[in-house]
Amino acid sequence: MARLSEENVRLAKEIVGRYPRARSATIPLLHLAQQQDGHVTNEAMAHIGELVGATSAEVYGTASFYEMFKFEPVGKYLINICGTMSCALMGAEDLMHHAEHRLGVKLGGTTDDGMFTLERAECQAACTEAPCLQVNYRYRFRVTDADFDSLVDDLKAGRLNDEIPAHGTVARVRQHIPLDRGVGAVPPEDVTEAPAWMDGKAAL
Amino acid sequence: MNTPDSTNTYPHAPGFVAGDRPRIVTSRFEYSDSYTLQRYLATDGYAGLRAALGRPANEVHDEVKSATVLGRGGAGFPAGTKWGLTPQGVFPRYLVVNGDESEPGTYKDRLLMERDPHQLIEGCLIACYAAGLSQCFLYIRGEMALAQERVAAALNEAYAAGYVGKNILGSKFSLDIVLHWGAGAYVVGEETALIESLEGNRGMPRLKPPYFPAAIGLYGQPTIVNNVETLANLPWLMRNGAEAYTAIGTKTSPGTRMVAVSGHVKRPGVYEIINGVTTFRDLIFNEEYCGGIRNGNKLKAFVPGGGSAPWFTEDQLDVAFEGPQAGAAGSMLGSGAVMVMDETTDIPAAALTLTRFYAHESCGKCTPCREGGTWLERILSRIVDGKGTDADLAQLVEVGTSICPGDFPHASSKRLGLDAVPFPYKMNTICFVGPSAYAPINSALVLFPEEFAARVTKRNMIPVTAVGAAS
Repeated sequence: MARLSEENVRLAKEIVGRYPRARSATIPLLHLAQQQDGHVTNEAMAHIGELVGATSAEVYGTASFYEMFKFEPVGKYLINICGTMSCALMGAEDLMHHAEHRLGVKLGGTTDDGMFTLERAECQAACTEAPCLQVNYRYRFRVTDADFDSLVDDLKAGRLNDEIPAHGTVARVRQHIPLDRGVGAVPPEDVTEAPAWMDGKAAL
Repeated sequence: MNTPDSTNTYPHAPGFVAGDRPRIVTSRFEYSDSYTLQRYLATDGYAGLRAALGRPANEVHDEVKSATVLGRGGAGFPAGTKWGLTPQGVFPRYLVVNGDESEPGTYKDRLLMERDPHQLIEGCLIACYAAGLSQCFLYIRGEMALAQERVAAALNEAYAAGYVGKNILGSKFSLDIVLHWGAGAYVVGEETALIESLEGNRGMPRLKPPYFPAAIGLYGQPTIVNNVETLANLPWLMRNGAEAYTAIGTKTSPGTRMVAVSGHVKRPGVYEIINGVTTFRDLIFNEEYCGGIRNGNKLKAFVPGGGSAPWFTEDQLDVAFEGPQAGAAGSMLGSGAVMVMDETTDIPAAALTLTRFYAHESCGKCTPCREGGTWLERILSRIVDGKGTDADLAQLVEVGTSICPGDFPHASSKRLGLDAVPFPYKMNTICFVGPSAYAPINSALVLFPEEFAARVTKRNMIPVTAVGAAS
């Protein structure tokens, strides 16, 4: 039921084709599955295994290592508040307490209406703009309690639908290599010689 | 082209602070459309690639070698030398771009990918041309949605315009650059873990030796792993030459580097600074940079090179951004991230925010890190909560020593009459995640022992015989 859709299988095959070994596409395909269903299902992992030549256990083995993959439904909006040093020095703990109070859930919890999941995150690479958070991996900087409240209001009212997709979608722009422009991936065992331009002469 | 004024910030590049200094990698940040091919081409874009392709690959490699472009990811290993570590005659060779930036306090690669993705693409092309690398994988951290979108869009533009793919600029140089993205795991920033992740596995570091994936890397082939900022230097270098590059900074640390300064300063920001000469005092106190500590407070301590780095205090303010100098002073420059703590900072609690990070991010492969990191976090939490004893302090050191045997590096302290123990440490783990869990604790314990002493209670030791007698 939650195998990849026809359209996503087409995308998946395009992604797999870029790598010298199909297994390399495992993480990108897990993201594709999460984009489709909001979380990664067992059926999707089995399907990904078929596409990359791995067992579903191997796919799950990889998937379970990574923080971003969820195996149970989470809220439409996953709010990650950073708690590492720079943010902690600038009041991240207070912001987390406020967020717990405002949403009525503890860190790690999901609101009853399925709108929000709140998590403590580790460093999000926005340390000068502390405290920071991400909603479905979109940043908010120097967040005050009031900022947090209006963020929640805006998300609830759908005012940020253009900026912030539902959980599962990370990047909305995908790479596409045009058929006539791509070199194509070659398994490493099929390459034995130096690339053409390594002939001691200028390429241009 | 308008030149930025000395304290410029741009609404489209939150966090970045420009200045009246040479800018090698952030030169386009003032333009709100800096990520487009159109803007890139209007500002010398792909001219470095054209210059490189006009010369034999080995000459381009030599140029990069003579410029001593130090790796900007953390270890500071020169890129040109790294490229030369691939075994002769073994092909294919790959380039893996490390855009998995997640060291606490660090962000520069994210800005470079979001603001100037074509510069990174051009850097990848130059590196692959010079070192004979036949495919490039650009690994971006999973949580960086905007960076992924900007790089994807830039790659699509570059392919369509003939800068990437078959017969680049009509030459015999052909290269695919594949955008790859992670899914949340700090340890994947370690280069062998990055390769494991790219092969579709759990991102756990590989046993060493081989020490460099240049020998055996992706799919068992020679693989160069370079940081985003390192590669972003190459277009400028190819346009202007190694001589112009080494004219900036010092002989051993040429060029510029991006540094993020966060925490209790008046103007936190990401600055492109002159390598080798800029000191921590300049960076934290000069008006040109952070302008001093917030609210006129006093500086208590700072982390000089990302969360893994041992801490400095005011005694080390005159250390410059020069690897060996920082190493002799007991720490490292790491990933270019300075986190500043003022006098109001609760030192054990601050150390906990970092130890928790590394304990959480341990991949579980090496026992001293998997078990030790969690122990350190639990014991330190107990101390921070006021429930620790003096035995806990001894236990912290014991666990730390099981991860890193021998003296752990630390800074000197005039206040305490302490000499520095130089970097690096010995370690019982494959990678630096385990030692990094202990680094903040050791720094805090050595430089601020009184804050721990005040926090713990003396445990009443009951002699074993007494316990026996009571039963």
